[in-house]
Amino acid sequence: MTQFIATLVMLCSLLLGGCSQPNKPSLYQQLGGAEGIAAITDGLLYEIEHDQRIVHHFADTDIERFRRLLAEQLCELSGGPCVYSGGTMQQSHSSFNISLADYDALVDGLIKVMQRQNISISAQNQLLALLAPMYKDISYR
Amino acid sequence: MICTLTRQLVLLMLLCYPVTVLAGSKIIATGGATSIEGSAGGGIVPWAVTNGYASSGEWAATAFATVVGVDDFTLNVQGASVSYDNQWEWSFARQRFKLDTLGGELRQDVFGMKYHFAGELLYTALPQLSLGLQYKKNRDFALPQAVGARDDSGIDLYVAATKVLFDQVAGRNLLLNATLRATKAHQTGLLGFGTATDNNYQLVAEGSAVLLLNYNLALGVEFKQKPNQLAFAHEQHWRDLFAAWFVNKHLSLVAGYADLGSIAGFDRQQGYYVSLEGAW
Repeated sequence: MTQFIATLVMLCSLLLGGCSQPNKPSLYQQLGGAEGIAAITDGLLYEIEHDQRIVHHFADTDIERFRRLLAEQLCELSGGPCVYSGGTMQQSHSSFNISLADYDALVDGLIKVMQRQNISISAQNQLLALLAPMYKDISYR
Repeated sequence: MICTLTRQLVLLMLLCYPVTVLAGSKIIATGGATSIEGSAGGGIVPWAVTNGYASSGEWAATAFATVVGVDDFTLNVQGASVSYDNQWEWSFARQRFKLDTLGGELRQDVFGMKYHFAGELLYTALPQLSLGLQYKKNRDFALPQAVGARDDSGIDLYVAATKVLFDQVAGRNLLLNATLRATKAHQTGLLGFGTATDNNYQLVAEGSAVLLLNYNLALGVEFKQKPNQLAFAHEQHWRDLFAAWFVNKHLSLVAGYADLGSIAGFDRQQGYYVSLEGAW
């Protein structure tokens, strides 16, 4: 029994060990650096364009500017060498009245893109953990 | 048993097929499974999430079939639910509890209602919070009455808190749920409600922890505290372990192991749990 527990503890620490190594790559690196984030941004723009539920919110959006700012934001959030130069989330979504369903649709799109790019589940969840709390600043403004 | 389940599976798949384009906006798996009482949840615990994939302003419907087979009893449940706006859930479940060793069966209907009043499962620090009500009505009361139950119907009230925590265990997300329930039910109502000497509500705690391995697969464990009010036999807490497979937003399958403790004098009732849900 003691041996069993010891083996279990060892297995668990091996399994979890990968996440606590001192020189673990940053989320920015796990997302594929500048190139990876550019691909996520483009992929998300594609998903938005093809999603009838939310595309109307982007009718008056300057897409080039949106692309640049989104990439900057993802880069800075994930620990990359960028500084986000856009407005606050509250400012940039005021009067858009983004609903929970809209937010869900965008997260769904992001997940599709990350799955397509074979980003690890762990990196996906780290990014979602950073983006999910923005809901309160973005929704119903 | 298995035949019934297979028939229901085939039926559900046929029902799913022509409407695969219709699905709510909620993220896959966030509607949970359907508990044996018809409310969205795990297997035996109702959660704060609403059934199906209806996000704000959307409608969803689900149908489910569950079989729990333990040493001396088999529970069959079928039911359906409608949800709206990620806030309201109305559900119905018909339970048939077969007394395999004793002979006979106990049937019960459960009408459920749930209101999600605060928090968002994924997006707020506050857990998703819901209030729920389950009106339970025995369709066979002779046996419950004979063993000391006072009423053939009862209302359970519960408050549930459910939260997904991202990137918790080996990079995986973890869903935690806590439910507090006021009930007069014996064996969740299958053996009636209240006793001649005690018609007070009992407060019980229930909990679930689920590791989301990826978007489609999850492993969970649950605990359900139960009152022990009838004199004729001990009633014990329930627990289960399960694996859930969310095939897509229309079909999910849960299989697990259930430990229902002592039931009507039959000790150590353990066995399988299988549940199938279709969602639109």
